[in-house]
Amino acid sequence: MLKLFALLAALCMCASADATESYGMPKLDIGKGGQCVEEPQWMRKNHMKVLFQQRDETVHQGIRDGKYSLKNCIECHASLRDNSVIGRADSFCEGCHRYEAVKIDCFECHSSKRSSALVQKEH
Amino acid sequence: MSDTNVQRRQFLKTSVGAAAVAIAPGMLLFDMAHGKSDPVSSKVRWGMLIDTANCADGCNDCVTACNKENGLSGGLSPTDSQWMRKVELKDMRSGRTLALPMMCQHCEEPPCVDVCPTGASFKRADGIVLVDKHLCIGCRYCMMACPYKARSFVHEPLHDQKPDVPRGKGTVESCTMCVHRVDKGQQPACAEACPNKSIMFGNLNDPESEISKKIRTVQSTQIRADLGLNTGIRYQGI
Repeated sequence: MLKLFALLAALCMCASADATESYGMPKLDIGKGGQCVEEPQWMRKNHMKVLFQQRDETVHQGIRDGKYSLKNCIECHASLRDNSVIGRADSFCEGCHRYEAVKIDCFECHSSKRSSALVQKEH
Repeated sequence: MSDTNVQRRQFLKTSVGAAAVAIAPGMLLFDMAHGKSDPVSSKVRWGMLIDTANCADGCNDCVTACNKENGLSGGLSPTDSQWMRKVELKDMRSGRTLALPMMCQHCEEPPCVDVCPTGASFKRADGIVLVDKHLCIGCRYCMMACPYKARSFVHEPLHDQKPDVPRGKGTVESCTMCVHRVDKGQQPACAEACPNKSIMFGNLNDPESEISKKIRTVQSTQIRADLGLNTGIRYQGI
């Protein structure tokens, strides 16, 4: 009986893993990538909270060296092809946000481009 | 007091001193490596002194620098933002003319902050008046309240904003005294660009700063001083 349960449980897990992939989880272009400021799974759940908190500190108190800055996100994660985190189905921000159907307002005002690339273009 | 006690005190004093000497450079290096992480404080009040006698007629370099630094169009369409403008004045009786740059005066008692219903319009502790666009609902009360017509409303969607200067449709904006540069220890773009060095930027709260010394020695005026707003921008020679 116990074996049967174990087998069932194992089957369920396989099925759910397959199901997740077949739902069309976005394959993201993570740009340079590398070591993130937090665990990727934690960031997937909480990036909006830390960005909100830090934006208030930056705007109102002028603290500009916090580790959760939007500019830093973009610096690492903008695509190496177009230096942007939005605009394509596999863009780092837009890919997930399309999949989750959550609108991103950030880039109506903030630049979505990697700032070091913009500096190079100017010179 | 016994002799042992005195010696013990002496020992404690020297060891505390030695510890301070050992730790201090480390802390200094840490601060340098991590940049400024303290909130801005009211010990500083940023301000400007504009010498209108040196401000050349027809020169527009400060406005151009402002537009470039902040990603403004410079007025391609009638509704485009204007953070800074050159104003030319003429006294009709004497015929004397003078030109001066006009922008947000960074008041100590800003009327725009008084009227803002959401708290978007605010004054930073160091005296810079800003709009928190995350909170701005675009009601434009602040534009009505400002005696200097310093603020603009963004009517159209924008693209390719500067990474350091986020701007967007539906919000009010104005001169930020180049807050992103000031926080890095640089001067505002207009002060740096002026070919005659007629815009002096500095800390009004520090009696030893260049700007404070100059304000103490030359006659300078606040525009619409009668309103009692105590502006951070002062003009010389008007």
